[in-house]
Amino acid sequence: MKTIEKNKVITVALAGNPNTGKSTIFNALTGGRAHVGNWPGVTVEKKEGSFKYNDQSFSVIDLPGTYSLTGYSIDERIARDFIVRKRPDVIVSVTDSTNLERNLYLLTSLIELGVNLILDLNMIDIFEERKGEIDIKKIEEALGIPVVLTSGLKNTGIEKLKDTIIKTGGKNQGYLKIDYGPDIEKAIENVELQLAGINSPYPKRFLALKILEGDIEIIEEIKRQGFDNAVQAGVYETSKLEKEFGFDLETEIIEKRYGLIQSIVRRSVYKPAYAEEKLSTSDKIDRILTNRWLGIPVFALMMWITFQLTFTLGGLFADYIDAFFGWFSGLSSGWLKEINAPSWISSFISNGIIGGVGSVLIFLPNIMILFLLLSFLEDVGYMARAAFVMDRIMHAIGLPGRSFISIILGFGCNVPAVMSTRTISSEKDRLLTILINPFISCSARLPVYLLFTGILFTKNQGLVVFSLYTLGILVAVLSAKLFKWTIPILKGPVSPLVMELPPYRIPSALGVIIHMWERSSLFLKKAGTIIFAGVIVIWFLASFPLSAEYAGEASLAGQLGKFIAPIFRPAGFPFWQAAVALFFGIIAKEIVVGTFGTLFGGEGKLAAVIPVYFSQLSAYSFMVMSLLYIPCIASIGVIYRETNSWKWTAFSVFYSVLAGYLTAVLIYQIGSFLL
Amino acid sequence: MPLTYCKPGEQFQVTSLYGGQGFIKRLFEMGIHPGVILKVIANSGKGPVIVGLDDTRIGLGQGMAGKIMVKPLNIKEGVR
Ligand SMILES: Nc1nc2c(ncn2[C@@H]2O[C@H](COP(=O)(O)OP(=O)(O)OP(=O)(O)O)[C@@H](O)[C@H]2O)c(=O)[nH]1
Ligand SMILES: [Mg+2]
Repeated sequence: MKTIEKNKVITVALAGNPNTGKSTIFNALTGGRAHVGNWPGVTVEKKEGSFKYNDQSFSVIDLPGTYSLTGYSIDERIARDFIVRKRPDVIVSVTDSTNLERNLYLLTSLIELGVNLILDLNMIDIFEERKGEIDIKKIEEALGIPVVLTSGLKNTGIEKLKDTIIKTGGKNQGYLKIDYGPDIEKAIENVELQLAGINSPYPKRFLALKILEGDIEIIEEIKRQGFDNAVQAGVYETSKLEKEFGFDLETEIIEKRYGLIQSIVRRSVYKPAYAEEKLSTSDKIDRILTNRWLGIPVFALMMWITFQLTFTLGGLFADYIDAFFGWFSGLSSGWLKEINAPSWISSFISNGIIGGVGSVLIFLPNIMILFLLLSFLEDVGYMARAAFVMDRIMHAIGLPGRSFISIILGFGCNVPAVMSTRTISSEKDRLLTILINPFISCSARLPVYLLFTGILFTKNQGLVVFSLYTLGILVAVLSAKLFKWTIPILKGPVSPLVMELPPYRIPSALGVIIHMWERSSLFLKKAGTIIFAGVIVIWFLASFPLSAEYAGEASLAGQLGKFIAPIFRPAGFPFWQAAVALFFGIIAKEIVVGTFGTLFGGEGKLAAVIPVYFSQLSAYSFMVMSLLYIPCIASIGVIYRETNSWKWTAFSVFYSVLAGYLTAVLIYQIGSFLL
Repeated sequence: MPLTYCKPGEQFQVTSLYGGQGFIKRLFEMGIHPGVILKVIANSGKGPVIVGLDDTRIGLGQGMAGKIMVKPLNIKEGVR
């Protein structure tokens, strides 16, 4: 075991089952902003932070949740690889104290791995509320590791945890040895003998057990080091045991671990026979929300309410923002006149900044409300239920229920949605889930809808926006069917659903607001960077050559747009401004709105200009195109990163352009025929 | 009998699991292993099932529940 020198940074990893509060503890330790949510699988990537305590620096790593060190899916492999390969100085095993037995299974693997461990019994607030009692001394003695009680929510026990981390930092711990019974112990011993002299940071006993458990990665590693004998010994011992006793060795090993945990927990934890009524509130809600007949209608209703609130409530604020920009542009133009600014500067400010960026920012309240509602769904514990409720329908489409979580996340932003597929263990299910996600209408499309529906569909704005969301889902579903049917590697049975359903919790208002603000501030940052840059480019192209009229056909923007525009004739919007908007919308879909703002001379004028160019039908077709065509640059990037394939990334881009164009044309043509 | 046929509100003991190695191991690691006592929380027929393990609730998709064999426990709720 390593000892820690003075002044060295101590690395601390947070490991544990999903949804036990690792990210919450991470935030409490480091003051960080790791994403927290009440469903398993929130964290899918390791996140680093740091803190200082008693002059000692610590580096903390928040890991994805995992039930074991087996590593079925990518997020679990990230956790496993970090623990097993990077060997942090201390591992804090974060557990849910209300569910100790199940939670301690992972701990037994960590103990056998021989790392410096601290057991953190988190959610102690809930445990105490239920009048449970824990004898810490007994658990410490039984397991041979320090135990700390924390509540990430109430922020208690964090100092004690820091203290314990320092004390455990370089200490060689006396580990508990799990006794697997004489027969299996003999087998472990025999395999261990064959491992004499192996160069590995892990105890030989751990390696021997992994061989007997048939852990592929560890076996490969051992073979690489030329210890094939040990592997053969493992195979021999396994078949001998299984023949002699007629049990499955892997099963037997796992059951022995549970047996030990059970006896420890029985001795040291007292839980009152559970308060039926209290506990079952969550169950009662579940009987309704996950009911065969009610589950899906309830979900649809919730989504409908979400979108309704998003723009009715958001609309309330729009006037204020409108007034603000009106005031601001009046002020700035007055000021610019006063200082006799050259005309290109005033054009830049009024068209570029106020017109371009302002026309996007005006939708900030809507976006904030959408994020607020999505955060609420996450924190209240509904996400896992949605996956569960939709499981059957998703299966019919050819997707696992888990994919549904990425669909809901997609309403916020497709980037984290694509990343969330890491929890899907089957590669083909994961790929399919990634490929359909860009059709889910993210918050960046919302400004486009709100701009057009606010001007052209004032009577039935809600219905029109909802229809676009539905259309996105429909295209995703049909594409999934099509891919499943035509692409050979996507064929095959869908992996079944097993998912922990966390208890419903009433989220704290502050928590939801922080959560919402984190995402909204990303939107603001985007407005200040990418959207701003895009708008400057458009303003520039609209202003040059100087001989041409601003935003006229002869400007560079006009020439570019006129080159593309004819292809959009069948879709109903064959003018160059729309072409330019779609062209730059690839960078970020909000730029579609920003472009109109810049080219048509500001947000205030849009209400008058848009109806000149668009009919209701062509506006709808344009919104459909904006929804479906090409994922934005950030999404393309994350699709590449997650599929690790240019081929699939290119496929996604081309397919979506085609799907968007064809759907828009179809809608326009059928519409013109009918109307 | 398979878990699919179990009535909500009753307790059962897991006797065996069927399926691939990976499938079984995953369930074991989540706490569903032979000998463990489950409570069926919701089961609306052939659809998915929610089981309770202590205070944890686990949702099992359609195909899954049918592979978990249980026997009824003749113990009233709340009494061990
Ligand atoms: N009551 C209570 N709730 C907590 C506590 N710690 C965390 N939570 C809540 O538990 C839920 C899960 O917390 P996270 O920190 O996201 O859990 P995680 O372990 O990082 O989850 P994954 O990343 O999905 O593995 C959130 O709703 C938290 O607000 C606690 O000590 N008490
Ligand atoms: Mg987390």
